[in-house]
Amino acid sequence: MIEAPATTSYLSEHYADEAYATLSGYEAKGGYQGLEKALGMEPAAIREAVKSSGLRGRGGAGFVAGVKWGFMPEQSDAMKLIVCNGDESEPGSFKDRLIMERGPHQVLEGILIGAWAMGAERTYIYVRGEYALSADRLERAIQELRDKGKLGRDCSGKSGFSHDIIVHRGAGAYICGEETGLLESLEGKKGQPRSKPPFPAQYGAFGLPTTVNNVETFAHVPFILDRGVDWFRGFGTEKSPGTTLFGVSGHVERPGLFEKPLGTPLGELIELAGGVRGGRALKGVGPGGLSMPILPSSDLDVGMDEESLSARGSHLGTGGIMVMDETTCMVRVACVISYFFREESCGQCTQCREGTGWLHKLSRRIEGGRGQPGDLEVLGRLPKMMEAQTICAFSDAAAWPIQGLLRHFRDDFESHLPEKSCPFGEGFEL
Amino acid sequence: MRAETRERIEKLFDRYPEKRGALLPALYLAQAERGFVDREAAREVAELFDLAPVEVMEVLTFYNMFHTEPQGRHHVYVCTSLPCSLRGSRTLLRELGEHLGVGPGETTADGRISLDREECLGSCGTAPVLRVDGRYCENLDLDSARRIVDELE
Repeated sequence: MIEAPATTSYLSEHYADEAYATLSGYEAKGGYQGLEKALGMEPAAIREAVKSSGLRGRGGAGFVAGVKWGFMPEQSDAMKLIVCNGDESEPGSFKDRLIMERGPHQVLEGILIGAWAMGAERTYIYVRGEYALSADRLERAIQELRDKGKLGRDCSGKSGFSHDIIVHRGAGAYICGEETGLLESLEGKKGQPRSKPPFPAQYGAFGLPTTVNNVETFAHVPFILDRGVDWFRGFGTEKSPGTTLFGVSGHVERPGLFEKPLGTPLGELIELAGGVRGGRALKGVGPGGLSMPILPSSDLDVGMDEESLSARGSHLGTGGIMVMDETTCMVRVACVISYFFREESCGQCTQCREGTGWLHKLSRRIEGGRGQPGDLEVLGRLPKMMEAQTICAFSDAAAWPIQGLLRHFRDDFESHLPEKSCPFGEGFEL
Repeated sequence: MRAETRERIEKLFDRYPEKRGALLPALYLAQAERGFVDREAAREVAELFDLAPVEVMEVLTFYNMFHTEPQGRHHVYVCTSLPCSLRGSRTLLRELGEHLGVGPGETTADGRISLDREECLGSCGTAPVLRVDGRYCENLDLDSARRIVDELE
């Protein structure tokens, strides 16, 4: 079981208490009061509240959740679905695992509020295959709800409200975290993303109207309903309200999760994790999981919200902060990153399938001291050919971190060429 | 495939608007019999789902957690994504391989352990990490990892 976070706020306040993962333990801490309030409201009023709270999706793209909920057709002869995205696979991100293991009822309560607000009859929670404990905790929590009549026909004490929740396990593929790749996978197919439009609200899983939200996004919803929009907006920034669970990993003294308001300075989060290990100097930081451009050590003052990070040429992504100290060879980092994307490309778009392979091949060649004149120029040009060309954003996600490395750490790449070897002997092994 | 497995698969169908939605859970059940799904088992699954065998094979081979070849009695996966690599997971993978006498993707000669690398396991805060038969073992060094592996029968 994953450790409770070192700093907490409303979301993770009770995560250290294992009983919080059970229905009685959750209710003892005020759980399901948000749902009770929501069931006394008109669905449109809930959608409006979630929209005006400014809650943004916590799966990486940061789309305003209430706006997404508004895309669902009001009237529909076909069954409407919710899909909860628990396919967390972004290197550097491990917050959804924490929520599913220690606060599964938060997710279920958020889903039930969404179900009433959007008129959805069924939810599939897609949990990545490796997260066996997350799936078990959710299954147990769902069974508790069924036993108490909180799921099924006319459930949760509300006549006319029917909902069921099914846990569906993935089987090991990063691309299934992309929402339409996930829908394909849920249909029993290869998880290859779909061209959009149509968007999931019109044509989602099994062709039914579907809203897909991340695990953490749902976990915030009960607090908004229970404590109010103004209370929620008291955390974070104007455009990015609320807290999030920042993961800090890599070369820090105490890696882990830290719940803090969006907009918290990057340097403060690294300090919470005990600072750079062994008193070494910082070299670079990936602020938002593997897919986002890596920042230089001069950017520690940046606020951890999308607006502040995009002004520095990166993105919030999933808030997974990866710290690299002065011993790190950034060409090796490029090798590790490009290997990941080469392995995980679903293969349907040429720019991505071929581009990720070339990024890896060139990085390996340079790192191994076999770089040819012109390799750096090709490595610089490739990402531009992979951006905004493909069915989904995976290809962009593969290109961005390499662009960031070349922008801020070009010296590392250049110094490999004349020396015909890697000058970073003591760095991590490749 | 055993009759009991077929029955369990058929019970999954009504959890989805179309029965094909049950394919991934069905393949987990099929794999539980022998640790892998060979062509014959894939053909039987395809029959249950009214699919062509190739449609089942392409799903089987798309996902890392399904196997089409016999596996060791135990699976040991080392996460080699960036956060784990920064904390020495690639050194751990190499040394575990030397200890077991196999490389990534191989099985020990006695059929005891299949060793492999895996991309991000979501344990970046407790890196490096092994996934051993579905169980997470976190905050490891070479000694603790070797002990875990040696205890597998």
